[in-house]
Amino acid sequence: MSNLLTGAEMVVRALQDQGVDTIFGYPGGAVLPIYDALFHQDQIKHVLVRHEQGAAHAAEGFARSSGKVGVLLVTSGPGATNAITGLTDALMDSIPLVCITGQVPTHLIGSDAFQECDTVGITRHCTKHNYLVRQIDDLARILHEAFYVAQNGRPGPVVIDIPKDVQFAIGAYSGPHKIEHKTYKPKLEGDADKIAQAVALMAGAKRPIFYTGGGIINSGLEASLLLRELVGLTGFPVTSTLMGLGAYPASGENWLGMLGMHGTFEANNAMHDCDLMIAIGARFDDRITGRLDAFSPGSKKIHVDIDPSSINKNVKVDLGIIGDCAHVLRQMIDLFRAKKISIESAALARWWTQIDKWRARKSLSFKASNEVIKPQYAVQRLYELTKGRDAYITTEVGQHQMWAAQHYHFEEPNRWMTSGGLGTMGYGLPAAIGAQMAHPGALVIDIAGEASILMNMQELSTAAQYRLPVKIFILNNEYMGMVRQWQELLHGGRYSESYSEALPDFVKLAEAYGAHGIRCSDPAKLDEAILEMIDTPRTVMFDCIVDKTENCLPMIPSGKAHNEMILPDQDDDIGTVIDASGKMLV
Amino acid sequence: MNAPTAPLSPYSSAVGKSNIEVHTLSVLVDNEPGVLARVVGLFSGRGYNIESLTVAEVAHAEHLSRITIVTSGTPEAIEQIGHQLERLVPIHKVTDLTLRGGAVERELAMIKVAGKGACRDEALRLADAFRARVIDASIESFVFELTGNVGKIDQFIDLMRPIGLVEVARTGVAAISRGPNPI
Repeated sequence: MSNLLTGAEMVVRALQDQGVDTIFGYPGGAVLPIYDALFHQDQIKHVLVRHEQGAAHAAEGFARSSGKVGVLLVTSGPGATNAITGLTDALMDSIPLVCITGQVPTHLIGSDAFQECDTVGITRHCTKHNYLVRQIDDLARILHEAFYVAQNGRPGPVVIDIPKDVQFAIGAYSGPHKIEHKTYKPKLEGDADKIAQAVALMAGAKRPIFYTGGGIINSGLEASLLLRELVGLTGFPVTSTLMGLGAYPASGENWLGMLGMHGTFEANNAMHDCDLMIAIGARFDDRITGRLDAFSPGSKKIHVDIDPSSINKNVKVDLGIIGDCAHVLRQMIDLFRAKKISIESAALARWWTQIDKWRARKSLSFKASNEVIKPQYAVQRLYELTKGRDAYITTEVGQHQMWAAQHYHFEEPNRWMTSGGLGTMGYGLPAAIGAQMAHPGALVIDIAGEASILMNMQELSTAAQYRLPVKIFILNNEYMGMVRQWQELLHGGRYSESYSEALPDFVKLAEAYGAHGIRCSDPAKLDEAILEMIDTPRTVMFDCIVDKTENCLPMIPSGKAHNEMILPDQDDDIGTVIDASGKMLV
Repeated sequence: MNAPTAPLSPYSSAVGKSNIEVHTLSVLVDNEPGVLARVVGLFSGRGYNIESLTVAEVAHAEHLSRITIVTSGTPEAIEQIGHQLERLVPIHKVTDLTLRGGAVERELAMIKVAGKGACRDEALRLADAFRARVIDASIESFVFELTGNVGKIDQFIDLMRPIGLVEVARTGVAAISRGPNPI
């Protein structure tokens, strides 16, 4: 069925037909027709952000906490360029976004018109795909195709650039139909014989480990449930990347904690010493592998990923299985059950004994204090006091992010929103706004640092406008803490420009935005203050004054292997652990 | 503190640097605006090499273009290039003709040579030996058209240099698999 609509009406209609109920955006000259079309309907709620980067991160937070596609609408020129960081963030972390940008009318393209930029040229490298809609006849197809591309295969951001004359033009609209894309057809099922090989390797493994990533979250809730089933079936230990936290519950007995640069001693040593690594929806990022030529030297490696280019990209694997995590996990479980395959239980018991010795090292421990709030303690208390409240946690980027990953424990997928690949400071507040829009009644907390939060502070105004009760929990150590830590590691403790000078009074700042401000610097009063934050049904900014010198440990220093971690009780002389070639790395 | 001994490179790619191969890839794409920029941008963005690149529409009704890329890298890097290209939405198919074996490759070059007297005779003699055709001539110059594999063209150009080579225009390599089947 088709009918005649303007381009602007088509955009709104296509969003409605795609089931979109919330979009994030900022108006401007080149998208006014679409904003007018939005004005005439009430099915889609538009959230007015204060900066287009905020729109992109909010859409990411919405997408990651709901499993739906996040949508943003921005104008041409600066609207589009401001969204670039968020689009790149979504590309790196495989978050499905559709970003609609206005463009100057087609006859002005290339004339350096007011608020013109080459949006498809600029976003080509930071999107999964992008479109410039040159004629109204292509618009409906492109709108629906964009949703298909954004969420199928390895998810990612898609930009649709729509010139203003196309928004005014009238054409025939056609609704979404089952898209048989002519070129983009991701493979979902794994090859049966490779599944059989994988299961045989698992049956014979003596020191196995599951290394899971954000791909499991992206695959949907079922993938997380299937992972739990397979872990239960095999009894293997499981660790996860930053992006994959929550796929396997932190309270599960096979859980080793996060791995990688700030992962646990047990997870990293188990990765190093395993004889079989089963990587599922993870991409062997440099934060995970540490020094590549010393990465898990004695193991066979199975890698399950929907993106063929992820396999053998950084680490050569023995068995690459291309497919969707949920499909492949289901295939593995079915084969385990059908063939009644047994595992090497005696060897596995010895492996667990070894792992327990690593666990006993208590690598996440820290020196407690009655004088000053330790940042780890603050996250621990936040976790304990919000446990069981179905909390959604976002973060900014830096030490606080790693402490949150280490000390806040996730039982379910889609509860943890953080900028992993790109490492975008300023992600957390807009992402929390997006998550709160997706889950209006839930407790949404942005665990922040005092430097990061200032990068997108303007979004506090958005939170106030929509009465969003997001909580901003700032671990304030008056430093860009991770920068300061690396300056200790690499540059003799010369803190070049990493001190947060001239900080605002966060309590007064909260009040200026119409939010509630809380400050706490006394460990004895922390619980009471956190409860006040939780119980305040408004936007709250919590200025938690923490130890200024605490470093984030344990840590695999750059250029080192998994079994060369710095542990919390060895942090006296961290300026000497990284050698010259390690200093070259990021 | 002891000075740390120099470790092996932390990057795996540095391990096989000597292991560089040249491969020819055939890429079928939708002939739409920006598709070449996507392909070229992928190579520059990820630090891959392009030795040569040709592109033209090959099926008008289906809007299909064929891009032939000659690239160099380790076997692992070339495998990555193939997968990265396949990720691009408008790409139909990527074939590594070198890996498959049995492909024919040709390049066309136009070579301008200037000179007088004996130089002209020598240029014509060599052109004849290489089966190059004269497509333009003046009192003191020739333009030769030569088709062949890259090595043959390189060799002809080297021979023309002392005779009076002025300039060269080359198309880059086009390649197709042998036998009855398409890629």
